[in-house]
Amino acid sequence: MALSKIWVLTESQNSKPISISLELLTFASSLGASLEAVTWGGTASQISEELGSYGVSKVLDAGELNGSLPGSPVASAMKQAIDAGNGPDVILIGTTYDGRDIAGRLSAKLDVPVITNVTGLEISGDSLVASHSIFGGTQIAKSRFTSSKSPQIFLVRAKTFQAEPSNSTTCGVESLPVPEIGNSGAAKIVATHVEELTGPKLDEADVVVSGGRGLGEKDNYALVEELAKLLHGAPGASRAIVDAGWVPYSYQVGQTGKTVKPTVYVACGISGATQHLVGMKNAKNIIAINKDADAPIFSVADLGIVGDVHKVLPKLIEALKSRS
Amino acid sequence: MNVVVCVKQIPDPATPGEMDSQTNTLKRDGKLIMDDSDSYGVEMGLQLAEQAGGGEVTLVSMAQDGETSGLRTALAMGAAKAILVSDPALKGSDALSTAKALSKAISRANPDLILMATESTDGYTGTTPVQVAELLGLPSVTFAKKITVDGSSIKVERQTEAGYDEVTCPLPAVVTVTAGVVEPRYPNFKGIMDAKKKPVEELTVSDLGLDVSEVGSSGSRQEVFEIVAADARQAGEKVVDEGEAHQKVIEFFEQLKLI
Repeated sequence: MALSKIWVLTESQNSKPISISLELLTFASSLGASLEAVTWGGTASQISEELGSYGVSKVLDAGELNGSLPGSPVASAMKQAIDAGNGPDVILIGTTYDGRDIAGRLSAKLDVPVITNVTGLEISGDSLVASHSIFGGTQIAKSRFTSSKSPQIFLVRAKTFQAEPSNSTTCGVESLPVPEIGNSGAAKIVATHVEELTGPKLDEADVVVSGGRGLGEKDNYALVEELAKLLHGAPGASRAIVDAGWVPYSYQVGQTGKTVKPTVYVACGISGATQHLVGMKNAKNIIAINKDADAPIFSVADLGIVGDVHKVLPKLIEALKSRS
Repeated sequence: MNVVVCVKQIPDPATPGEMDSQTNTLKRDGKLIMDDSDSYGVEMGLQLAEQAGGGEVTLVSMAQDGETSGLRTALAMGAAKAILVSDPALKGSDALSTAKALSKAISRANPDLILMATESTDGYTGTTPVQVAELLGLPSVTFAKKITVDGSSIKVERQTEAGYDEVTCPLPAVVTVTAGVVEPRYPNFKGIMDAKKKPVEELTVSDLGLDVSEVGSSGSRQEVFEIVAADARQAGEKVVDEGEAHQKVIEFFEQLKLI
């Protein structure tokens, strides 16, 4: 039995599909199955044309959700369609805040497992095989489902595929009704606070400048932010300084955090624990600045500066400023 | 305010992990410690119980072999007691089977609030908390950076890509806590001594009314079937800074036409 239908959970931001959703659609479209996008938030009709250019034949729209956090209502709507016999063989979900919620809810509702932290997918026979980057990216584990129960749910990390329109088709919008969900959907968003983002998003940026413990104290993270800004990049962080409360979780690059694949990654005061390497090892170019000459980060760096970030960063920032 | 905090006991992340070549699962022998990620939930739970002026923190964990060393750390921080699902049948459990065991154990504690880390350090699937919520029929708020209790509901600041959302949610509920949002207390000497005497209730899978086929490697319907070496990355030039190394970085940027 070949794959006949695939759903890709498609999130939008500012009425545009987000990058990770388009990356998954690009891969799904290459498999030759019927491709449907599951979405919510009231933007289905605005994004359907762009989704059509990625080979999506139908957008399944769970609607506005009336302020509910998406996890429970969207998963309930998907389950209802699956129970009615309209389900897919495979569901691809991007590793985002809401994507993880929806995958977890759906998995428990359907009693099917989820394969998570996927960094590669390939078709093998009639099913999909997932790759996972482990032990600091030095090894790749390959996994698969052992039960034939469908749908097969995969949670895929950002930048696993490159987004590229293909197999363009006309795309219609169909309602994906949310059933009565009761208590499990009782979490409601009452206010949204948007922090001004001056540069690109971390997982989409062409340049990422990250800071770690070697910065010494929280205030020195400003050097990382300034360098990122001068390079039109995004600031990132190691787990250590997120755990220490210097910067929010959304800045974290690594195993428990984001995967980034920028053209240039600048690691400042980061030792390069396996936890961190998994998230950035596939950057095209890596520059590391660290005073410990034996730090593991140097084993993946194209240019390693053995030096004190407190001395090197200010000089680097000055030199860049004097050029502009 | 009775709070359950789920705590995972993991191999020390500072020592290199190793795969069992027979089962392709992470080796879990040797001493286990409390996952650092869980210390934020323990601290948050203790603070909320203190602010509520009553109630206690109950830990829920699972193990294959009665391991409690990680639980003792959280008990030393101030948790009152622990429920440990311990059964050799749990070996090889995936996230969903883990959620099944945890949710059964949690419901025995009858909590007002269940706190978990957003993801564990070793498995990092990040799906278990929401699976637990679904199995218990409860609402969930993930990626919390702040929790305020307001009578029978909570207000949560939930981290988003662009900032945060304020979310309200009736209790009981499952909330996942991101790292770094509170400062976990260090256990003091009295705490460490007291922790040795605090009750740890051990339950087997069948005590929870679960069938052993629902958990462990038999309940986990996914497998790692192969492990291969990734393309190695070659280290490039390494320069010791003697005051001018930033110029090397500038040159590198220039080569890439970044500047």
